[in-house]
Amino acid sequence: MSGLGTSFGSGAMTNSIEDLAKAKAFFIIGSNTTEQHPVIGAGVKRAVRGGAKLIVADPRRIELARMATLHLMQRPGSDIALLNGLCHVIIREGLYDKAFVADRTEGFEEMKTTVEKYTPAYVSEITGVPADDIQAAARCYATSKPAAILYSMGITQHACGHATVMAIANLAMLCGNLGVEGGGVNPLRGQNNVQGSCDMGALPDVFPGYQKVADPVLRAKMEKAWGKTLSDKPGLTVVEMMNAAHTGKLKAMYIMGENPLVTDPDLHHVEEALKRLDFLVIQDIFFTETAALADVILPAAAFAEKDGTFSNTERRVQLVRKAVEPPGEAKPDWQIISAIARRLDEDKESWEYDSPAAIMAEAAAITPQYAGISHKRLENGGIQWPCPSADHPGTKILHVGKFSRGLGKFMAVESIPPAELPDAEYPLTLTTGRRLQHYHSGSMTHQVAGLNTLLPEERMEIHPADAEPLGLADGDMASITSRRGQVKARVHLTDRIKPGVVFMTFHFPETAVNLLTIAALDPVAKIPEYKVAAVRVTRVGS
Amino acid sequence: MTTLTINGKMIEAPGGTILEVSQANGIRIPTLCHHPALAPKGACRVCLVEVKGSRVLQPACTFPISEGMEVQTESPKVRAARKFVLELLLSDHPKDCMTCEMCGNCELQDLIYEYGVKETPFVGEQHEYPLDDRDPFIIRDMEKCIRCRRCIRACDEIQAVNAITMINRGFRSKVATSFDTRLQDSNCVFCGQCISVCPTGALTEKDSHGLGRAWQTTKVTTTCPYCGVGCNFDLNVRDGKVVKVTSHWNNPVNKGALCVKGRFGWQFLHSPDRLTKPLMKSSLWKERKGTEGAPSRYEGFVETDWETALDAVAEGLLTAKSEDGPDAVGILASAKCTNEENYLIQKLARREIGTNNVDHCARL
Repeated sequence: MSGLGTSFGSGAMTNSIEDLAKAKAFFIIGSNTTEQHPVIGAGVKRAVRGGAKLIVADPRRIELARMATLHLMQRPGSDIALLNGLCHVIIREGLYDKAFVADRTEGFEEMKTTVEKYTPAYVSEITGVPADDIQAAARCYATSKPAAILYSMGITQHACGHATVMAIANLAMLCGNLGVEGGGVNPLRGQNNVQGSCDMGALPDVFPGYQKVADPVLRAKMEKAWGKTLSDKPGLTVVEMMNAAHTGKLKAMYIMGENPLVTDPDLHHVEEALKRLDFLVIQDIFFTETAALADVILPAAAFAEKDGTFSNTERRVQLVRKAVEPPGEAKPDWQIISAIARRLDEDKESWEYDSPAAIMAEAAAITPQYAGISHKRLENGGIQWPCPSADHPGTKILHVGKFSRGLGKFMAVESIPPAELPDAEYPLTLTTGRRLQHYHSGSMTHQVAGLNTLLPEERMEIHPADAEPLGLADGDMASITSRRGQVKARVHLTDRIKPGVVFMTFHFPETAVNLLTIAALDPVAKIPEYKVAAVRVTRVGS
Repeated sequence: MTTLTINGKMIEAPGGTILEVSQANGIRIPTLCHHPALAPKGACRVCLVEVKGSRVLQPACTFPISEGMEVQTESPKVRAARKFVLELLLSDHPKDCMTCEMCGNCELQDLIYEYGVKETPFVGEQHEYPLDDRDPFIIRDMEKCIRCRRCIRACDEIQAVNAITMINRGFRSKVATSFDTRLQDSNCVFCGQCISVCPTGALTEKDSHGLGRAWQTTKVTTTCPYCGVGCNFDLNVRDGKVVKVTSHWNNPVNKGALCVKGRFGWQFLHSPDRLTKPLMKSSLWKERKGTEGAPSRYEGFVETDWETALDAVAEGLLTAKSEDGPDAVGILASAKCTNEENYLIQKLARREIGTNNVDHCARL
């Protein structure tokens, strides 16, 4: 998100789910769309059946790759080189949108200079993608208009994720695919309300509406709204908090609806960090792995047991409606937070809310993108932000005619190798992701018998060429070891994965793949590099 | 604009089929194979209408309007033809509405009732298929299939998966996967779009069987709790429990389509493993209260009341703040929680604790 913020001035999906149907071509990189965002994935399939071109860049032959015009099987962590290579070909062959570049962007010359050395031959060396395919993909994307780029965590979960997103933005701007229906740069957000959590300021450097805590004018505005002095020092991200807990700087944590002891990278480190805390509060619907380390556990209501709103990947704020009562004494999170806050503040009245609608009214008043949003309006259907006033219909496409920051900014970015490369001791590259049938740490989906029938356990994907010298047959148990930990998993031999790469998901706590992953952080976005870790695989048993 | 008359009423329309124009003008024509989310097929012949000058009755769902057309949708001839079609369908359909999951929500049942079909005059061979409950989530009762092909079309047109098709010919024709395997052995992704469009009890939600029929449940439209697409669906609620998820067709995000998790992944709501009481580490309870406390099912934790739990939380956070400063406290919000809850928890962090140490799993 920070990458798009730099390039465009706003870090969100530029277009709408509905207008993807109008794309003449798709470039999908780092998103296994049919498994991670199945309903959007089906929409892409419909569009491709209707004649749209499809370029898939993924180290695995994912479902969409089977119907793709071109499938580029790049090495994990080589995305910037690939993207720069596409820009190189498009500029060299004069296929770029010269009017768009001249009128709506800046920094073109610098970017052009940088990508000059990314010839198809050079990029092929870094990515493992044939040079001809790089040229064909560049021509396909540049000559099909409008063309939509879709990406997800396959792009962002790298130590160079921030820069990779800017390389994507370069490609889209180069071909004038912004501010148009069926085009755009479309990061697909992983969780139901990850967009909304960001919008509402659940981030260490911004208040609601991405207003920087370090900006004195914005801070003064928030201090006035909330009637208290506020800290100007940006806070710590999740991984930084775990590090601070480890070194003893962080003493207490209050964790709502998250299970870091499955989902965070380098789990041994996380477990040790959480154990070192003086005080840990967990608020959840289940007794999660993380809850076992808590001092106090607060039972929360699930989505069907409360009112509120979620904001989806296309910035659409939609109502969540209460259908049933929470079990036992469980309470909606908004009531629990308010009850805690009333114990921390003498001004108890400021924490009396009679409904989530009242909370949204307060939030909308200080969040520019949400200014025109209220529960009452949402009764008639969701609204896409920015929605600056009560009579504004919402915004389907961002950056029409003008970028949020004025001119779109080309950012010259160089290929950055992953923090950990395979070597003699750890010769394979582990990359991680999700599957269709389960979700994240599995605390919800493992409760559904049918989903467990369809996908009962983790199976690590490995190419037969890598499995054979290890003596591994399909269905064998293997031990997977990185510099940080070890897990055991059954293997699935498949040629849908690139040789040299193995794939696992993080859905099964008993096969905790994040014991292996590395907490190397992107310097700007602070996202850990889940997508590349060097591992060694050995067969278990005789 | 095209001018035509339907049942003697003059109508102007820009174009479309007889069915579309009729519906737009409040004239109901019964349908079975037609579904608004799918392309017209003209397979079932229930929507037959009389078009003046046409030798035979025409299916309203596929027949385009034309200038000066005169249509009768309820003439004796039309009604007799529809009744004939229904009698044929009933001749090879189980009459077990009493126990059928779809009773009260079955389009065939409604039309049989409306057209007063008591007994079918047609007696002949009937299909006998065993109930297919070998798969999770989806029960297939092929004896109840009327071969309208809605499921096949949904699998093709909405989901673009084509796991099912019509196999065999004539009386033996049947909706199945290639080689008639279990769904889980095909490329089926268990999105359940086939169930959402089935007009009878041929395809039903396995986990919802016996939990409540359409008239016993209320529908609450909400937003899916899984991925970031933000699909809308209807929670079907009976006696305070969610018993089923059904498609909500009129929204721009998913237009009724869902995935396996959205449609079938609701059972965690009523899991016996849900947390139902505040818990406190046994040692902390003893420290605060001097007693052993009420044991819980979780080792090392006792059950507590909300007041005690919330007081302990406030004290724990305040202690860290007063001893080591506000930045000694870290708060994780959640992408699973609502906007309102995320707003409140970051406000708590910033306003009450005085730290910007608030984040969530956006990066994970």
